[in-house]
Amino acid sequence: MEAKGFVHKYGDNVDTDVIIPARYLNTADHKELAAHCMEDIDKEFIHRVHAGDIMVGGFNFGCGSSREHAPIAIRAAGISCVIAKTFARIFYRNAINIGLAILECEEAGEKIEDGDEVSINFDTGVITNLTKNETYQANPFPDFIKEIIAKGGLMESIKGA
Amino acid sequence: MGMTMTQKILAAHAGLDSVKAGQLIRANLDMVLGNDITSPVSINEFEKAGFQNIFHKSKIAMVMDHFTPNKDIKAAEQCMKCRTFAKKFGVENFYDVGRMGIEHALLPEKGLVAPGECIIGADSHTCTYGALGAFSTGVGSTDMAAGMATGQAWFKVPEAIRFELTGALQEDVSGKDVILHIIGMIGVDGALYRSMEFVGEGVKTLSMDDRLCICNMAIEAGGKNGIFPVDDVTKEYLNGRVDRAWTSYEADPDAEYVESYTINLSEIKPTVAFPHLPENTHTIDEIEDIPIQQVVIGSCTNGRLSDMAAAAKILKGKQVHPDVRAIIIPATQHIYKECIRLGYADIFIDAGCVLSTPTCGPCLGGHMGILAAGERCVSTTNRNFVGRMGHITSEIYLASPAVAAASAITGKISGPKEVQ
Repeated sequence: MEAKGFVHKYGDNVDTDVIIPARYLNTADHKELAAHCMEDIDKEFIHRVHAGDIMVGGFNFGCGSSREHAPIAIRAAGISCVIAKTFARIFYRNAINIGLAILECEEAGEKIEDGDEVSINFDTGVITNLTKNETYQANPFPDFIKEIIAKGGLMESIKGA
Repeated sequence: MGMTMTQKILAAHAGLDSVKAGQLIRANLDMVLGNDITSPVSINEFEKAGFQNIFHKSKIAMVMDHFTPNKDIKAAEQCMKCRTFAKKFGVENFYDVGRMGIEHALLPEKGLVAPGECIIGADSHTCTYGALGAFSTGVGSTDMAAGMATGQAWFKVPEAIRFELTGALQEDVSGKDVILHIIGMIGVDGALYRSMEFVGEGVKTLSMDDRLCICNMAIEAGGKNGIFPVDDVTKEYLNGRVDRAWTSYEADPDAEYVESYTINLSEIKPTVAFPHLPENTHTIDEIEDIPIQQVVIGSCTNGRLSDMAAAAKILKGKQVHPDVRAIIIPATQHIYKECIRLGYADIFIDAGCVLSTPTCGPCLGGHMGILAAGERCVSTTNRNFVGRMGHITSEIYLASPAVAAASAITGKISGPKEVQ
């Protein structure tokens, strides 16, 4: 499995309140949520994003509220993968559970810049920065989590369990 | 290798003799919680996967607390979806307007969580129940859906940080100041993926409300859970609330902690977290004049009876500053009624405060106290992120009920001593 796209870069401690402000949580509609994704820190994001693009953050990406609306909004906006130096733990499990690809990689979080074109090989965890001609190695997922991802998320993985 | 309190509870719920940090386990759940924002997403997942039954009628709780009483049509429809689901499957602990409270104040009050239990909630502040000696953590809606269907959740067994508490809190200093002090010290990701275990001689000096407040904000340090050992204070709290058997776990003497801190409670001062992260802490004596326009006293962090008492003590016979809107929100119907019985309601209203029925409302910028551009609020809630309570240029200063009440009187961020 691979992903390739242009990068939308953010800093440390990107919280779920800025990913999707609570004032929009009166709906669970994926498209409506996507329309407001990141608007409190980047009003242009939703206008600039193209299907397949990649989001890159610093430390503690997705901290704060447990709202699954956050990874849902990111995915519905067209983002194919989020790379961060570290993820807040609830965001991390939510992303895995709903099947949004995420990778933890400090070097990538440091070196990738906004607008870079990046490709990702999910089998090897190798992130290639096509703009800078660099590669970075992401931390591999444990087998248990790979299995959830391979089955297409948590609900698929527990069916018939 | 010995185990921490958290590891022992996880081992027991995974049917294992022991577990170690990093191990992935599937654990049986004693309670699965959701609210009016997270449950609808969970119900969608539950239905999409085609599950026909919930795992246990009394081990699921749904609390309509965030956008209630319904703030708009969409919020009303989300609650309707939860209500329909709860009726269809016979969810016994469904709490609607008139009987609800803010979930993390309500569940302990109703005896729905007990020591040694393993609890997940689709709300990040589910970590609150560690105060009772339970393993309790926030998850997302899909985890909630899987939990409702199977009664299980997957966990990575966490490493732990040990906080040895010594001494005792001074007057007008509370659990809120303790946890803000700790977050200021270790940062908003200082406990990322880890347990925060609170032990030591100082524990017995902390009330249950202080412990609930401290564990509530473990997530603000990135923690997976916060947990206190069970003692006489816990037992007294459980008395009359929990009649089922429960188990008390203590950490082994050789349990492994990746970090250890000693916190002398006697040295903690009233502490305020400045925008826009809970780690931006300052003690009250370091703060210059900062005018404010709103005060919120309430939430799952500080909407309990002792919080109301702390606010009432300071507001008694005083007036809220003319430039300030003070909003006080007891966290449950029981606490609301106690505020009336004990005379706090009169004190608040006479001082010029709004006294609201339970809701999470303003904490997450839902309703009941949204901020305009550039406005500042001293709030006893738990997060001060950009735009959390309203306009993206508004500012939230997190503090204890005592500091919030004092600030309401002076119209600027103030410690309790400034108004006595």
